[in-house]
Amino acid sequence: MAETDVIGTAAPRRSAVPVGRIRIVTILGLWAAWELAAASGLLYAGVVPSSFKIVAALAHEIVSAGFYWNLEFTLMEVLVSLAIGCVAGLAVGFVLGAYQFAAASYERYLQYMAPTPKIVFLPVLLVLFGVGPGSKIAMGALSCFFPMALSVAAGVRLVDPVLLRVGRSFNLTTAQMIRMIYLPALVPPIATGLRIGLGVALVGCLLAELKMSNRGLGFMIMQYYAQFRTPQMYAILIVMFVIAVLANTLVARVFRLRGQR
Amino acid sequence: MAEQAQQAASGRARTGAGRRAVAQWAGTHRRLAPLLTGLATIAVLLVLWEGFVAIGWWSKLIAPAPSAIADGFAALFEEEGLAVRFLQTFGETAAAALLAIAAGVPVGLWLHRSRWAGRAYFNWVASIAAAPIVLLYPLFLVIFGRNAATIVAMSVCTGITSIILKTKEGLDGTRPVLIDVGRSFGLSRSQLFWKIMFPAAVPTIATGVRLGVIYCLISVVGIEFLINFGGLGELIDDLADRWETPMMFGAILFVMLTSVGFFWVTEKVEKWLRPM
Repeated sequence: MAETDVIGTAAPRRSAVPVGRIRIVTILGLWAAWELAAASGLLYAGVVPSSFKIVAALAHEIVSAGFYWNLEFTLMEVLVSLAIGCVAGLAVGFVLGAYQFAAASYERYLQYMAPTPKIVFLPVLLVLFGVGPGSKIAMGALSCFFPMALSVAAGVRLVDPVLLRVGRSFNLTTAQMIRMIYLPALVPPIATGLRIGLGVALVGCLLAELKMSNRGLGFMIMQYYAQFRTPQMYAILIVMFVIAVLANTLVARVFRLRGQR
Repeated sequence: MAEQAQQAASGRARTGAGRRAVAQWAGTHRRLAPLLTGLATIAVLLVLWEGFVAIGWWSKLIAPAPSAIADGFAALFEEEGLAVRFLQTFGETAAAALLAIAAGVPVGLWLHRSRWAGRAYFNWVASIAAAPIVLLYPLFLVIFGRNAATIVAMSVCTGITSIILKTKEGLDGTRPVLIDVGRSFGLSRSQLFWKIMFPAAVPTIATGVRLGVIYCLISVVGIEFLINFGGLGELIDDLADRWETPMMFGAILFVMLTSVGFFWVTEKVEKWLRPM
């Protein structure tokens, strides 16, 4: 396969690069490398089990009642945390976006807090809400609050001033302005906040479960890790990963479809 | 007559200077008022917090008073070796960031130069960037063990994607006119790359590096906390286990200040590299 030099100004043209085939070959190569590592005996078999064992463990998990009992719990935590974090983020973001003085006074602190690793707040949340779902929900809500608040604050500032003047000329009340002008104009930033927020809420809840919990997918993983049942642990990790990627894709698609209408 | 004109001119000058002074004062006031409001709000909240703990509305064990946290902060340096912990976290972050840069920039360059690689793998890298890699820490723990290798390896995986994506984006976005100018001067491919394309892509690559470094720091502290090993993350976990709540709050505050410092420094470096 010849490498093509892309230095230049020529317009991109449709090349005959068999992208699909390259991807399949790459996946097969990675899978073969994994199997080789598992079979070679160079690495401890428990650490790198055969992919067939992982698939078998995955098949066993997805038909077991225990898996769904834990999955349901994790999904409940994620959804509740998303609702709390996003509603709070929406409210705070709206105030910061609509009132310049509020933004100048407080937004910098939000921006400072946003890149802080939220997991370090877990001990405080555990003390406040206990090892049950409360601390996981709080962790998820805290994680998704910041992207939503910052995204909405930026979005409010971009609302077309003409629309605001039209609203005022029609003597709309604040509630009407929010419902009829701000909210429809804020769909893209809310979508962005929701998309990022869902991802981080999921990660926040699952990390909190991995650290300390008594139910949920994170709890299952740590149980399997403690028992050194690595195929089962990898199987649940795959499920967690797939859920996170699917949730992200789903939100992106829903808002893309909405944007196309 | 001349004196009168001079006085009038001087009066106008004084008025002009006065206006400028008032405008300057108003400008400063406009800048300072929100800053002071923000600081005053924090001060009021801290006073309320102190008061609630003092009158027993809030438990000292759950939310120690700000004064106790300040005392704990001092004790963190004396008893818990906060400076050493910070250096450990900093070292792991630096190692992860350097590895991510060393691997990420060449991979981004490869995705740019090789059309088949770019088309086949770019979307994969973008998907990995959005994927919750931190959830895979039990896997890394099984493979590398509970040590710094797990922390650095996970952080490299977290930080490298933004560097790859931004390197490719920067090189792809070189203005065609610059390349045409280079060609008109008869530059070789290598000269074209090193003298035109790479310098033009540096600001975008710097953005990727900045994001990568921040992601590395977040990942290092998070993984240290999760696997109870290393610097600041482990310290927070330890203090929580020992129920040293004032010091734990102090350590969390220190982590926040550290990430703010990282954020600020990397932002300044990026601005310095980005032409106006």
